Amino acid sequence: MELQLATHKQFGAFSLDLDLVIQGEACGIFGPSGSGKSTLVSLVAGLLRPDRGSILLDGAPLFDSGSRVDVPPDRRRIGIVFQQPSLFPHLNVLGNLLYGFKRCAPEHRRIDLDSLVRVLHLAPLLDRGVNNLSGGERQRVAIGRTVLSNPRLLLMDEPLSALDDHLRFQIISHLKTVCREFHLPFLFISHSMLEMRLMTDQVIALAGGRVVAQTTTERLARERMGLSPVGYINLLRLEDMRVEGGASVYRWEGGELVLPKGEGEASGGLFELSSKDIILFKRHPEAISARNLLECTVVAVFESGSRLGVELASGGGRLIAEIVPAAAQDLEIVPGSTLFAAIKASAFRRLAVPEPGEPLPATEPAG
Amino acid sequence: MPSFSPAEYSAILLSLKVSLVATLLSLPFGFLAAYFLSFGRFRGRLALDVLVNLPLTLPPVVIGYLLLILLGRHGWLGRTLASLGMPVLFTWKAAVIATAVVGFPLMVRAIRVGMESIDPRLLQASRALGAGPVDCLLSVILPLSARGLVAGSLLMFARGLGEFGATIIVAGNIPGVTQTIPLAIYDYASSPGGDPMALALCLVSIVLSVAVLLLHEQLGRRLTRLD
Repeated sequence: MELQLATHKQFGAFSLDLDLVIQGEACGIFGPSGSGKSTLVSLVAGLLRPDRGSILLDGAPLFDSGSRVDVPPDRRRIGIVFQQPSLFPHLNVLGNLLYGFKRCAPEHRRIDLDSLVRVLHLAPLLDRGVNNLSGGERQRVAIGRTVLSNPRLLLMDEPLSALDDHLRFQIISHLKTVCREFHLPFLFISHSMLEMRLMTDQVIALAGGRVVAQTTTERLARERMGLSPVGYINLLRLEDMRVEGGASVYRWEGGELVLPKGEGEASGGLFELSSKDIILFKRHPEAISARNLLECTVVAVFESGSRLGVELASGGGRLIAEIVPAAAQDLEIVPGSTLFAAIKASAFRRLAVPEPGEPLPATEPAG
Repeated sequence: MPSFSPAEYSAILLSLKVSLVATLLSLPFGFLAAYFLSFGRFRGRLALDVLVNLPLTLPPVVIGYLLLILLGRHGWLGRTLASLGMPVLFTWKAAVIATAVVGFPLMVRAIRVGMESIDPRLLQASRALGAGPVDCLLSVILPLSARGLVAGSLLMFARGLGEFGATIIVAGNIPGVTQTIPLAIYDYASSPGGDPMALALCLVSIVLSVAVLLLHEQLGRRLTRLD
């Protein structure tokens, strides 16, 4: 997929000026609210018309003010998943799912109802009315409806913002699964760095209607570490939980980790750990209250605002810790040096429980 | 209670017929007018809005008089219809036209209320899913306007049963031909000894109005349940 945008759009005092080329199958558009993300979606989908400029998808113009091309939204074959499911209330789940499929030319029907229903586990919902579905079910149907319209490109405009945390990660895994299964290129729009990292590997950062960065998601997350109040979020996949001494011990690719014992927990899941919650020691501290102490090797050191990020390798696992530059001097941190990382058991936060038979959202390895 | 003569029965039936035909004829136009006023972005929208709503504030007699000119032998519409062998003035068809014009704004208003409550994202979703503007109108806006269409039709029908001012001018007051309930009441009220008949016809009017209102309630509730 290659999307070329060179457009100008004015709304009162706000103007959106874009000049960029997006390539690849999974790209994110990141930015705070009011940065122009949703406007970009509307321009690409044809729901808004740029004041001037051009939009090309795979070389073919969708809009070009020069040659007066403006393909209407219904002929662009670009699907949108909105923040709200926006299901048609007068149709049942099946009617909603088939709405786009029926309007898709037979030669473009690559994805059919049966395979979609299987991938998104929609079979039990088909005959239901859309008004008695739960929030997560609605969003799943909305995703299915858009995917089944067999678009060339999928635009996801903050599709997770209206969901609570538990559902968010469930829907992320559904989104990743459908896009992978059906080889659907997508643009994922969000103001959440965490969602961005789970969904995409490249990202375009917008601010004030301008592109401020076009980079990999991992690099953007590192650059933002020093600015973000939560620091850099390490994503850890923990497995094989066992209870030991009143705590839960999980297996992680970088070693065993101790977490507080929760109530009726699943045996594994995806956890987050802020770069601010890792304390580094130059030598092995004899006794500390933190329950986790990992011997690590420094892989890289990078600057982020007034902070330094330290990329650590512990076994097969990677972690990023955040320190002030003075601490780096005291600890004599250089790539290759050995450090001890202490992490409190309570510093981990569970993000997602894997559903039976469903893979966790894949995390990109740091680096 | 006095017993009705065939003339009264025909006035009741004619009232129902005129109002029903006027409502059914107006329905597609009302739907389109409401659509353009709710979603249209075009020059002259304000003019259309004013034109549609004018009969609401204009005295019915004025409307009747203007229609009389338009449909008369020298009016362009009247000439066209006459050349087609279909004279309209002083027939029940003129009553239908008068009723339609007077009741039209009520219908459009009711449909618009329903249309403007449709979530615009549904329309965007429909377009992005491959529906053209007409397809979107028929597959999303029309079904989601059902409540407004029912409310608008019933309102217009009820209003039509009472149409007087414009009707008497373009259709006259010919018993058995163009005399509707209000016209019959007018006749009885202005003739000596006509009070019992006038009152009886008033009662019929009240019964019909109440029936329409009850039907509106009932249908409204059923459609809400469907939503």
